[in-house]
Amino acid sequence: MTVHPTPPADQAATEILTGAQIVVRALVDQGVTDLFGYPGGAVLPIYDALFHEPRLRHILVRHEQGATHAAEGYARSTGKVGVVLVTSGPGATNAVTGIVDALMDSIPLVVITGQVPTHLIGTDAFQECDTVGITRSCTKHNYLVKDVADLPRVMHEAFRIAATGRPGPVVIDVPKDVQFASAPYQGPDEAPPLHDYRPKTAPDPRAIAEAAALIAAAKRPIFYTGGGVINAGRGASATLRELAKLTGAPVTSTLMGLGAFPADDPAWLGMVGMHGTFEANNALHDCDVMVAIGARFDDRVTGRLDAFSPGSKKIHIDIDPSSIGKVVRADVPILADAGHAMAALVQALKPERLRAERLQPWWERIETWRARKCLAYRRSTDIIKPQYAIERLFALTRGRDVYITTEVGQHQMWAAQHFHFNEPHRWMTSGGLGTMGYGLPAAVGVQAAHPKSLVIDIAGDASVQMTIQELSTAIQHDLPIKVFILNNEWMGMVRQWQQLLHGERYSHSYSASLPDFVKLAEAYGAMGLRASHPDELDGLIEEMIDTPLPVVLDCRVERTENCFPMIPSGRAHNDMLLGEDASDLGAVIGEAGRRLV
Amino acid sequence: MSDQRDEAPASAYDMGHAEEAEDLATFAVLVDNEPGVLHRVVGLFAARGYNIESLTVAETDRKARTSRITIVTRGTPHVLAQIEAQLEKMVSTRHVQNVTRDPNGLERELALVKVRGTGDDRTEARALADIFRARVIDTNSESFIFEVSGAPSKIDKFVDLMRPIGLVEVSRTGVLSIERGELKL
Repeated sequence: MTVHPTPPADQAATEILTGAQIVVRALVDQGVTDLFGYPGGAVLPIYDALFHEPRLRHILVRHEQGATHAAEGYARSTGKVGVVLVTSGPGATNAVTGIVDALMDSIPLVVITGQVPTHLIGTDAFQECDTVGITRSCTKHNYLVKDVADLPRVMHEAFRIAATGRPGPVVIDVPKDVQFASAPYQGPDEAPPLHDYRPKTAPDPRAIAEAAALIAAAKRPIFYTGGGVINAGRGASATLRELAKLTGAPVTSTLMGLGAFPADDPAWLGMVGMHGTFEANNALHDCDVMVAIGARFDDRVTGRLDAFSPGSKKIHIDIDPSSIGKVVRADVPILADAGHAMAALVQALKPERLRAERLQPWWERIETWRARKCLAYRRSTDIIKPQYAIERLFALTRGRDVYITTEVGQHQMWAAQHFHFNEPHRWMTSGGLGTMGYGLPAAVGVQAAHPKSLVIDIAGDASVQMTIQELSTAIQHDLPIKVFILNNEWMGMVRQWQQLLHGERYSHSYSASLPDFVKLAEAYGAMGLRASHPDELDGLIEEMIDTPLPVVLDCRVERTENCFPMIPSGRAHNDMLLGEDASDLGAVIGEAGRRLV
Repeated sequence: MSDQRDEAPASAYDMGHAEEAEDLATFAVLVDNEPGVLHRVVGLFAARGYNIESLTVAETDRKARTSRITIVTRGTPHVLAQIEAQLEKMVSTRHVQNVTRDPNGLERELALVKVRGTGDDRTEARALADIFRARVIDTNSESFIFEVSGAPSKIDKFVDLMRPIGLVEVSRTGVLSIERGELKL
């Protein structure tokens, strides 16, 4: 094998490379600089080619699930495609959770899996699994490359499919003999596409005109935005701000959309949904025109569907035709890239010269909801309240270049409620799949992309143990991530539902035999800190921030705190439980609600 | 809290389209002919809980590397719209069309029907087969195999008429569809 400097473009077409070299060269030509992976028998030729390629940094994880989440964090925080390289069989199956996670949250990934040699496929060979069969339903597209001549086209098309339209994961399964075989390499511009794949991005002007007329005439408009706005790029977030300003309408967003609209803007209502704010949910319920942008009406957002925003006309902008009308009927469907559609709406609405005063009565109502201060919680001087811990973390990191990832559960919802984002790409969380164990490896990926930034995984004591071995990855690659554990010794959200819905029968939700997180961190070579009292919290957070190493801060919080506000299962948006109502919760959730997840 | 709400509990997954009746629909899907493409389509239907009443697939254009899949399914207008959008979204899909109730649409199915009988039953079966333009493609002293083609309803009717005579078994291709006129899908 030889080191291959980039040849001039006219020579590139005739250069003969091995399949392994083609994979590596295509990654370089796609602008990839970092990838996350774990070697094994069926990818050894590709690892050999990597050995000779100084332009690619390979980050060795400790479990393939970690590689996929790291690549997700990398992708989400940069807008680039995340790249994963794993071996056949268990390498591929371990990666599946992260692949599904990326599919649900529309994260662009290219996952390259090794496969047993083509003549052994179907023989139950060592470390063989039907990778394309297993991943067919959890990828945007996947390939089994049986002929090395197809490999350049597949590689380049995979990046295009992953990154454009509604982004998602693409798996490329490469048998070992194909990695050894040779073929002419084709660059991104030379390789003809294999599929007729052309996502529609420009909106229909008639639909835009119809939407603009509805928005201009609305008395109670609202923007309900999602991860699609972030996926549409920084320009789209800027256009959303312009659109909100032009119309004077309030803005709420899904969990995935946080940061697309600045949290310090007066038009921001906070997050919508099951643990969203009182004002956001009531405004969404009572609005007369809802503009959904890059959001998919998830059940965690809509609550009880037959009572979901009953009096509103719904404009739904989405790049995925199957998202429009899937759950909630759209009065004005707009199939387009969120950024393009919003820019067109801005153009259509500018001549209307909408006056802010026209929405005065609407804003007055919103202010009465805001006055409920739904995120308020009972303070304590001797126990660290989890909400307080997030508030302090937010206060002490303000003005810094900070990225937040989370695991899944109560801590995730508290982070969404009490940590505020003014920019997109700063918030990485597992929304659709709800993958415990996402946050730590995602932080590894974010830190790899932003070595100088402050990257914090807001974690729970249960979630963090699912992928805690990735601390070793962080140490090896000098990625000084911070793991801020809200440790309540419970699977907090499970415990909360058992309290509210299952008669306080806490079946298997106690985190028994918890490790000493401080010693565990030290065992990995990281720094371990513990906060047990509110008075020491600030100092320890500052120490965590200032330490140029991976740090685990084990923050011992109130054990039985519940996450409010909450829309109980089977209830409508205007039927929220606030914190002070918590005591008689058991009585207000009906039998039907109990059956819902 | 009023009791009314608990009387009419609604699932978070209640699509709220229960009032719509289910209809049969036929989709013609042009896909890239590549390994696994049929699994993609079938997997999509299975994963999202859609019905498949019949499905046919074969390569129809070797040069363009395309296969044509014809799927007969059942669902409310809302579900049928979702099926169309989900099929359209697949990278391997070139074109999807709901050809149901298309005045220019033609639908045909072919069936092989085995009927046992002797004496008058044989005569009766032959006479009915003539009416349905079914051909005898094999026979012995106690049975016939008929080949019959036409709209699915015609085949249903033929099979129903053969049942009292001595229907043994039926093999059907599933529905094929094509549009009248000079244009292609």
